[in-house]
Amino acid sequence: MKSAVITFPGSNCDRDMATALELASGVKPVMLWHRETEIPAGIDLIAVPGGFSYGDYLRSGAMASRSPVMAAVREAAARGVNVLGVCNGFQVLTESGLLPGALMRNAGIHFVCRDVKLTVENSRSAFTSLYAQGEQVVFPVAHHDGNFFADDATLDRLEGEGRVAFRYAEQVNGSARNIAGILNDGGNVLGMMPHPERAVEDAHGNTDGARMFRGLVEGLMATA
Amino acid sequence: MKARVFVTLKGGVLDPQGKAIHHALEGLGFSGVNDVRAGKLIELDLADGTSDADIDAMCSKLLANTVIENYRIEKIG
Repeated sequence: MKSAVITFPGSNCDRDMATALELASGVKPVMLWHRETEIPAGIDLIAVPGGFSYGDYLRSGAMASRSPVMAAVREAAARGVNVLGVCNGFQVLTESGLLPGALMRNAGIHFVCRDVKLTVENSRSAFTSLYAQGEQVVFPVAHHDGNFFADDATLDRLEGEGRVAFRYAEQVNGSARNIAGILNDGGNVLGMMPHPERAVEDAHGNTDGARMFRGLVEGLMATA
Repeated sequence: MKARVFVTLKGGVLDPQGKAIHHALEGLGFSGVNDVRAGKLIELDLADGTSDADIDAMCSKLLANTVIENYRIEKIG
């Protein structure tokens, strides 16, 4: 699997993401600076990592979503390339219109930084194929603006179409219907607040995130 | 010419920041506050002749996220 990791000014999970991708695929990802205007040919997965792009100025993810590389990411997503946005990356994907809704300030005001329990709500996507439907997993979260908001019609549609990938199994940030991660209508774009790339090695204390990356690799090998 | 853009959360959208401000006001002994909503004021210094349509596009494309926010433009001079 050939992957690319986007780096914005203020990204801080880009190297963790690259390590997780290399661990699963054996191939070093291409690191793409936000000024790039093209995604290199043959990329199977683009990761939009966590961090505080542009210091969260205006709104979390707002400035990054208007940067040159995101036009190329939108184009690649439309061609069916897999796109994974984690934490600030999820905020960038909603701000760029690749995913519906918005991530607002946590309902409790506090920055939440701890391990949380999640339920796998859709185990059929390219990102979740190695998880069991309804399985409980533990991923770390570290965010201030993770409170997912969308109007009721959008929430009903996301649930009806099986596009809720992960749900919090506990109260974390006030997210509508406890949504932690959602898919686009094509199923090739996943945005989520919890960090799978921070749960891939024994030294992390938990390896529940590793199956997301292995599943992506295996899925691509099966279709190659 | 200058324009002010007021960005506010839509009605029904939870405003944790407004709630915290409300709580702090009560802590200071101001008991008559029914509700607080926090927003943003963005001041634009614009080339003369900038069209209303352009200012509106600036708001809808970047300054406000219309999923959760409303905006109002006030032109000054």
